[in-house]
Amino acid sequence: MTANELKSASRDTARLMNRSDLCRRLVAKLKQEEAVIGGIGNSHFDLWASGQRPQNFYMLGSMGLAVPIAFGVALAQPQRRVFALEGDGSLLMQLGALGTVARHALKNLVIIVFDNGMYQITGAQPTLTSYCTDLVAMAKGAGLAQSVWAADEAHYEELIDVALKGEGPWFIAARTDQQPPAGVTERDAAKIRGRFMQALGASR
Amino acid sequence: MSVETAARTISEAWDEIVVRVLKANKVELVAYVPDKVLAPLIKRVHADDFFTVLAPAREEEAVGIVAGAYMGGKRGIVLMQTSGFATLPNVLASLAVPFQIPLLMMISERGTLGDFQLGQALVCRTMRPVLQSLGIEHYAITRMDEVEFIVDSMIKQAFMTQAPAAMILSPLLTKKLAI
Ligand SMILES: Cc1ncc(C[n+]2csc(CCOP(=O)(O)OP(=O)(O)O)c2C)c(N)n1
Repeated sequence: MTANELKSASRDTARLMNRSDLCRRLVAKLKQEEAVIGGIGNSHFDLWASGQRPQNFYMLGSMGLAVPIAFGVALAQPQRRVFALEGDGSLLMQLGALGTVARHALKNLVIIVFDNGMYQITGAQPTLTSYCTDLVAMAKGAGLAQSVWAADEAHYEELIDVALKGEGPWFIAARTDQQPPAGVTERDAAKIRGRFMQALGASR
Repeated sequence: MSVETAARTISEAWDEIVVRVLKANKVELVAYVPDKVLAPLIKRVHADDFFTVLAPAREEEAVGIVAGAYMGGKRGIVLMQTSGFATLPNVLASLAVPFQIPLLMMISERGTLGDFQLGQALVCRTMRPVLQSLGIEHYAITRMDEVEFIVDSMIKQAFMTQAPAAMILSPLLTKKLAI
């Protein structure tokens, strides 16, 4: 099955899901030591709370760079699936990266965006997506044909399954609620990086 | 420097030497935002199959990609001009420095020694203070006979010490000779 066969919801019809729950559902499906980059905002907190896999990389700043970092890892390790988990506010800050991903069409790269329509971590100020901006439309416009809104949890899981098997790049957007994250990431940059590289078998 | 190396440096252009040193150090990934001074180097890496060459939309994006590639085991460098460097303090301070990533940067120094673009001239003044305040190793390459040594030793030090490094291409190297 390809993403074209999988129907995309629209932003308006997509169900409001829970980011922490979606992170746990993703992690439960990762059996091949897939790499996951958790963006700044609450994405990396919920990634952390979903179980501290050594193949997870948690960003402690650099808003908007989860996709470029994941792209770099995917480029260096074409045999490994690489996921970028990003918030809507962060993604809006580095939209050109979607064009880069489309241009180079890495088969092993999956972008997951948690669109809660706000900068939740800094006080829930609304982002552009809460007015008029549709991130799936933007991703398609950037050249990412396989871009979809997840209609609900079951559809989200189906999309992850497809992305784990089929040829990427994939752009999966999920609308998420206002619940706080389920944990707080340890802020030890050197340790995060060292553990991540070791888990990826990359020598310094 | 061996006789052979000395002879070669004279016959090679600066960008040719840079390419040779990048290859010798297995720096395979080149991400750039264009600059006129860098144009011959950009052309050269595009023409060489050894390199994977990317042209992301912003310098910050290029840094993210090269940092990710390093963590995946592939070495890379970001090419930019001074105005591009001026967009980087945030990512340097929040990614390259704290995560101890040997991010290689080659910066074409604009806005000095006869550059008449006012924007370039003012932006140029911010580069060294930023590098200094973040404790990032940086060196300007001003002469042909310095290119190989500075590029080679800065790359090696960056990977050995896991720290970012900025190689600055001075107009003394790239402009004075061209005139
Ligand atoms: C360049 C930059 N600008 C602003 C901030 C402050 N900041 C940190 S996280 C964040 C919001 C992130 O929003 P989003 O990606 O939507 O994630 P959410 O908090 O909703 O999970 C902001 C504005 C920052 N860290 N860096």
